[in-house]
Amino acid sequence: MKKLDLKRRKLLSRALALGALTALPACDYDDPAHPDLADRFLHAMSSWNDRVQAALFSRHTLAPTFSASQITNPPRFNAFYDISQAPVVDPATYQLELSGQIQETAPLSLAQLRAMKQESQITRLICVEGWRVIGQWSGVPLADFLKRVGADTTCKYVSFKCADGYYSSIDMPSALHPQTILALDFLGAPLTPPFGAPMRLRIPTKLGFKNPKSVMSLSVGNIYTGGYWEDQGYNWFSGS
Amino acid sequence: MPASINDASSAPRNQSESGRPSRARPIHPWPLRLMHWLNAFAIVMMVGSGWQIYNASPLFNFTFPPLVTIGGWLGAGIAWHLAFLWLLVANGLAYLIWGNLSGHFKRKLWPISPRAVRRDIGAALRFKLPHRQGTYNAVQRLLYTGVIIAGIVVVLSGLGIWKPVQLWLITDALGGYVVARYVHFFAMAAIVTFVAIHILLVALVPKVLPPMIFGGKLKATES
Repeated sequence: MKKLDLKRRKLLSRALALGALTALPACDYDDPAHPDLADRFLHAMSSWNDRVQAALFSRHTLAPTFSASQITNPPRFNAFYDISQAPVVDPATYQLELSGQIQETAPLSLAQLRAMKQESQITRLICVEGWRVIGQWSGVPLADFLKRVGADTTCKYVSFKCADGYYSSIDMPSALHPQTILALDFLGAPLTPPFGAPMRLRIPTKLGFKNPKSVMSLSVGNIYTGGYWEDQGYNWFSGS
Repeated sequence: MPASINDASSAPRNQSESGRPSRARPIHPWPLRLMHWLNAFAIVMMVGSGWQIYNASPLFNFTFPPLVTIGGWLGAGIAWHLAFLWLLVANGLAYLIWGNLSGHFKRKLWPISPRAVRRDIGAALRFKLPHRQGTYNAVQRLLYTGVIIAGIVVVLSGLGIWKPVQLWLITDALGGYVVARYVHFFAMAAIVTFVAIHILLVALVPKVLPPMIFGGKLKATES
């Protein structure tokens, strides 16, 4: 409590310094466990922006596609760790775990995922930082996948957990978008470890950090599970 | 002069303030003052947080020093930016609607003739352009109209960057996602340049500041 008061006083003094253009550097979600006044305001506005984006979203509006000559090669690595730290998952023993409101929760091997109908796309990945790359991914459309495993698509969320401790979640309408795929290949070859092997979510209607790599488990439900960056302050919906 | 002719076309004061003695019109009516300061606050927040976002992936060979950015890191910068977006847009729309309905734009910003602009720029550079309270000279009209356009462009390009899939029409009209980022940057630069000139001129002619806070009164000869 004392800490909260202190931070509030800090906020006030920062707010008073607004005219000097040194405004509010303290309001940086620096302590998610103890949200200050600014954090609460930003949180409320971020939820509002989630709702606005959900209303703007149309499953019939497709992300732009590009020609093969526009592909960014080599691709750009980006994660919350260095490329040398990227997890290596053994594709032979890989099993995608399923949980939540799903009828067939038996884990799926890569061979089983590859046996499903695949779809290829050349789309743009826009990073929350502002840069963008264009790549060719192919894999299983998530809508087909959810139908096949008997997921309850009236649920609100699809959540993902990754081999590197990363996690994220998306809204069901975006999960059912025709361009949302469980990607297995990049440029016609299996994904490599730093770029999400053996399976990553590819969702061109959302920012890059909503495309979790090396997905180990998938769950469907109505409980909000947030995400690695989302819990630190990035907007949850982050739709493009 | 033009101002007095147009003033006569607005609603007769005696009717609108029935019963009360007619008072001098303020230089800046209260809706304008309110919107001006809300806009100033929104611009500071949007520019500061926008610079924070810019620093995550700079378009040019420089970044903004942390002292003038808002948020401290990218996530907070985006959060501030997308929060104050709504104040900027709601206040800007209110201003455009009010400016049209009240006749403010017609009275104060229009017309802008190239000849008058040339004349007034010449006078300004020779420090011979007098400030007339309640009316804008041609240079002011040009700058104020220009910054309104820059404001519209900055909002549209911002939306085009934020939602290049759902609002693809805007993004495409601006030349695509990558170009829209540059458009957004230069519209910001135009607004910041305007603000710098604006504050400099207020510093040179400080008597214009109180009317933007308290309203002020137009001199009888002008009403």
